[in-house]
Amino acid sequence: MSVLGQYLFNGLMLGVIYAMVAVGFTLFFGVLDVIKFSHGDVLMVGAFAGLAASLGVMHLGVESAAVQLLAVVLAALCVTGLLGALIARFLILPLRKAPPLNTLLATLMLGTVLREAVRLFYPDGSNPKPFPALLPSATLDLGGLSLRSDSLIILCAGVAVIVGVHLLITRTRLGMAIRAVAQDGETARLMGINFDAVVLLTFALGSGMAALAGVMNGLYYNEINFNIGLLLGVIGFAAAILGGLGNLYGAILGGFLFAGLQVLGSAALPALIPDIPSAYRDVFAFAVVIVLMAWKPTGLIAEKSSERV
Amino acid sequence: MSRTPSSAPRRPGLLLALATLVVTFYLWLFLHAETQTGVALLLALALAAGLAAGRLRLVRSVEIAGNRRPGLARALAVAGALALIAAFHESHFVLLMICTVLLYTTACLGLTVQFGFSGVANFAGAAFFGIGAYATAVLAANTGLPHLLILVLSGAAAALVGSLLITPVLRTRGHYAALVTIAFGILFRTFIEVNDVLGGPQGLQVPGMRLFGYELNDGFTLFGADVSFYASYALLSLALCGGVFALVKALERSWIGLAMDVVRTDETAAATFGLHIARWKVVAFVMGNFFAGVAGSVYGMITGFIAPNNFTFPDSLLMLSIVVLGGLGNAAGLLPAAVIVLVLPEKLQFIQEYRFLLYAALVIAILLFRPDGLLPRRTRVFFHREPQR
Repeated sequence: MSVLGQYLFNGLMLGVIYAMVAVGFTLFFGVLDVIKFSHGDVLMVGAFAGLAASLGVMHLGVESAAVQLLAVVLAALCVTGLLGALIARFLILPLRKAPPLNTLLATLMLGTVLREAVRLFYPDGSNPKPFPALLPSATLDLGGLSLRSDSLIILCAGVAVIVGVHLLITRTRLGMAIRAVAQDGETARLMGINFDAVVLLTFALGSGMAALAGVMNGLYYNEINFNIGLLLGVIGFAAAILGGLGNLYGAILGGFLFAGLQVLGSAALPALIPDIPSAYRDVFAFAVVIVLMAWKPTGLIAEKSSERV
Repeated sequence: MSRTPSSAPRRPGLLLALATLVVTFYLWLFLHAETQTGVALLLALALAAGLAAGRLRLVRSVEIAGNRRPGLARALAVAGALALIAAFHESHFVLLMICTVLLYTTACLGLTVQFGFSGVANFAGAAFFGIGAYATAVLAANTGLPHLLILVLSGAAAALVGSLLITPVLRTRGHYAALVTIAFGILFRTFIEVNDVLGGPQGLQVPGMRLFGYELNDGFTLFGADVSFYASYALLSLALCGGVFALVKALERSWIGLAMDVVRTDETAAATFGLHIARWKVVAFVMGNFFAGVAGSVYGMITGFIAPNNFTFPDSLLMLSIVVLGGLGNAAGLLPAAVIVLVLPEKLQFIQEYRFLLYAALVIAILLFRPDGLLPRRTRVFFHREPQR
């Protein structure tokens, strides 16, 4: 029972992080019909910005973990929000008329630029960095199932962020503008919506979410690395596509589905085939993704598509 | 009226010979340059010459001349490559670089058939390259098959593994299709890294090539001069690259290439004209993977050692950037692009560390400002008739 609970909890934990990344992909796809593949690396930049902020605050002699955490989150949000808006303004909007795969390739390359920039220019950036443990690390015992309180806090924070973004999209004026642009950019402009501003804000919003996911990832593993972005980006992309691009619920579903596959891979594979290394979980998860794509080519919650000839 | 007086050359043969001479001589100088200032000077020269040639429509003239006399152009290109190999017959490093450029070009020819002709995006080029290399390692170590056969079998292995992806690739489009190959590229790399049979992260050793009883790994002496064993591999790579190039060009010119182009540009129109969309996509995908696999096989034999780190997702991106940089769909543009992407960082040691950064930035700039690449693909001309005046 407790083992099962542990797996379940790990799955939820990963699922929240993946879902946060996937929601970004789906938001960008919604407003501009583009895939911004540098998303994972924006996440990594956010995590590094947070790390730098925590070191800076520590340098100022502030010992309080709460203040440090605030600084980390603020720094990560500001840096990536700005970065996301800049990417949209100078790379994605100019490429709007280009074939979609050109945009995909350009943003993939931008991801490489960000990754390499951190590796080369962050002090000693090519080695893994310890991420400060800023959350209380007591252990909760729930009937044989031991949970670390910091993991629990991260999980709740992640769920809160996703719910918050969902409310922002569905209940506020900004959200209405985003949905309008997503449905039809031209008509949204006619209705007096500032198209460029909405696009930039959406990119800032999605990138900020990715940064939070990056900080959560750092807090969870207590370590960050310049190349976490690549895998997390691919996983987020896979999750968004599995769920169906442009659909918020699809992205969340896809995130948890991918986490479930990974956990299943690491839990069930050794049970079925003895002495198989648990590293096969990614092989298993991506193989299932490919099979799922063959079965549902436009995702589980398919976007409605029709072609005008 | 179409009037292109300045770019239609009067004596295409002479122009081609001159261009080959200049490029070969320049490459010889460039590969010889040792000091950083020398390399920088030569680069500045190439940049200025390239801009001037573009302004004076010299590049276009050479291109037209090449189209007029394709046989001569190819013979001259091969002669230039042979001259370079002969000039550097003692230098292991330069010959290895020439091999790498030729083999990457071969793999990118495969990607061109997939992405440039039929519009099937393949983000796992390095993975298929790697399948070829690993298949060679396993086959050469465990069987006594002749190595030339192993070469073909390795390509077939890449094509076979790739055909597992046919269903998802055919059913998906656009971004969804991109996910399939990206997922496969990452799956492949993770798989060989955790798989103990294939050497795990340490990789595998690949025996050198033996052709008709002749060991390519032994150097030889020709006319009293010691020749590096890489020279034989360079000749092999040149033969492979030239063969695949001729094949791809013939394909492009044929009705198959035409059908693939229609499938890429407009699937609905293609279906209306009775073209079997799935058939051409499958043909392109399998063929491209086969080329990548064969190139990877030779690459494995040359380096003698392969590890999962040689076939990562960034390497696939490197291949794709060669394809885009050369001009999507233009087979002749691949070679200069491969030279820029692969040789430049080797010569500029001080940017060695920054090379991924620089190439990524370069590709972004090209996508933004020159989306058709350095040598954009031209509409094919079937009959070389003088424009009617």
